[in-house]
Amino acid sequence: MMSNFLYRHRYYISRRLLQITILTLYFGANAYGWKIAVGDLSSSLIFNFIPLSDPFATLQMFFAGAIIATDVLIGVGIILFIYGVIGGRFFCSWVCPVNIITETALWLRRVLNLQEKENAIAFSKNIRYWVIIVSLGLSFIFSLTAFDMISPIGIAHRGIIFGFGFGWFFLLAIFLFDLFSQRYGWCGHICPLGGFNAIIGKYSLVKVVHDKERCLYSMECFKVCPEIQVLDMVGKKSKAITGAECIKCGHCIEVCPNDAFKVSIVSLAEQIKG
Amino acid sequence: MENLDNQKRRLFLQKIMQGVGYGAFGIIAWSSYLSQSQAKSIFLRPPGALSEKKFVSTCIRSGMCVQACPYDALKLSTISDNISIGTPYFIPREEACHLCPDIPCANACPTQALDLQSFIADNKSSINNARMGLATINTATCLAYLGLQCTMCIRACPLADTAIVLHSERNPRTDMHAFLKPVVVPDYCTGCGMCERACPTKVASIRVLPLSISSGDIGEHYIVGWRDEDEGRLDNVSTDVTLERTKRNEKSALDNVNDTDGILKGLYDE
Repeated sequence: MMSNFLYRHRYYISRRLLQITILTLYFGANAYGWKIAVGDLSSSLIFNFIPLSDPFATLQMFFAGAIIATDVLIGVGIILFIYGVIGGRFFCSWVCPVNIITETALWLRRVLNLQEKENAIAFSKNIRYWVIIVSLGLSFIFSLTAFDMISPIGIAHRGIIFGFGFGWFFLLAIFLFDLFSQRYGWCGHICPLGGFNAIIGKYSLVKVVHDKERCLYSMECFKVCPEIQVLDMVGKKSKAITGAECIKCGHCIEVCPNDAFKVSIVSLAEQIKG
Repeated sequence: MENLDNQKRRLFLQKIMQGVGYGAFGIIAWSSYLSQSQAKSIFLRPPGALSEKKFVSTCIRSGMCVQACPYDALKLSTISDNISIGTPYFIPREEACHLCPDIPCANACPTQALDLQSFIADNKSSINNARMGLATINTATCLAYLGLQCTMCIRACPLADTAIVLHSERNPRTDMHAFLKPVVVPDYCTGCGMCERACPTKVASIRVLPLSISSGDIGEHYIVGWRDEDEGRLDNVSTDVTLERTKRNEKSALDNVNDTDGILKGLYDE
């Protein structure tokens, strides 16, 4: 019974473990001087050797007129490579601390049966791509990294590593927004970092693949998926989920009663062919 | 059918205008926060920091300098600090910069927002070339200026007798004691804040202010005559200056008052 529970939540548990481990390593670097992961999610140094930098923050710095250091460029290159292989929005569900908040809201919405209520305002899933453009524009105008100034991701992870201030209030606002106003509102509609990562990881090799033959039309996957638009082939066609916005959370794999989803490596040629 | 199309078009336009409305609201709120964050507030940056405007755009907010600081002097600003969020600063009264010779904070910076080049003078890199701010003394509350022999700031100063010097003066009130007044030498003060941290008055009487606030600039139009390099600036100044004067009006003042042909004339026409 217990092992069944663990198995049914294997992706969820792994993700939370990875998120907490990463934050613990950063926290330890600041509090106890560990050298495994120094810095934070904007830019860090792994094992005192490998630099990692957030491509979106760096692009904003470029627009803000800053000179980009070599270490940062190398860090961006490494991240682009990783996202290009395993998928950019892998970050969203396996690393980003805000994901814990918004997925809790998503779950509560389901449990409290809030999701079927009609929305007063329906936000478009494409707002995030506009927010990317606005971020870069404002970065240029104010010569500072515009999104990083208000990013709840930054507030959350820096809060945990270095201390919150009033930052937690912002996170509470996002939780309430996601719970009552929009289903998966922040991460699935507005967050430009998610949008940016989606663009980077559009043709990543690791994908979730749907098998039409096994589909029982239970619609369980639609109930849990945070980015429903990527499930357009479910029950119609056996193919990989190629939608860039798939966050690879593994929720669909866990809830499917007949294992119609699995993780697989899908070559670029296959993805383009469809 | 036509009616339905019309309705659809109305709905479509309404949606677009809704989008514009939300977008405008969001962008204005966002912009005002950004411009608010550029308002000057008084805080000190770690050693080697670029000028504030450049620093804010170059700092990637990794917090690596904060983690590298062995004395935990550096902090990372939060949303409530009124400092560009996620950037490093320190408060001397809580913990001052210890001027580590190996400069761990600037070495940890991945983006060179803490610029290692700024420590180089005469082909030698030294933390003493850091300019985080300038110490300023409130002579009304400084114990030494009141006549006590305090010397706390100069004892705490890593560049004692260079960045802070003591001036001894006769104390006319008692006529038998000396003032030992601390004086900051701006050419050498690194702005580390050790003096502010050590000051025994309730609110520090010696405070480090960011250079943008505390430093003066003599400007081009004054020449310090007894400094050769300054006096030298006069050598190449051209001396044939032609003055242009505005031509004087040839009419008398009375003519102008009774002006019927001049500027008022237009008013009477037609």
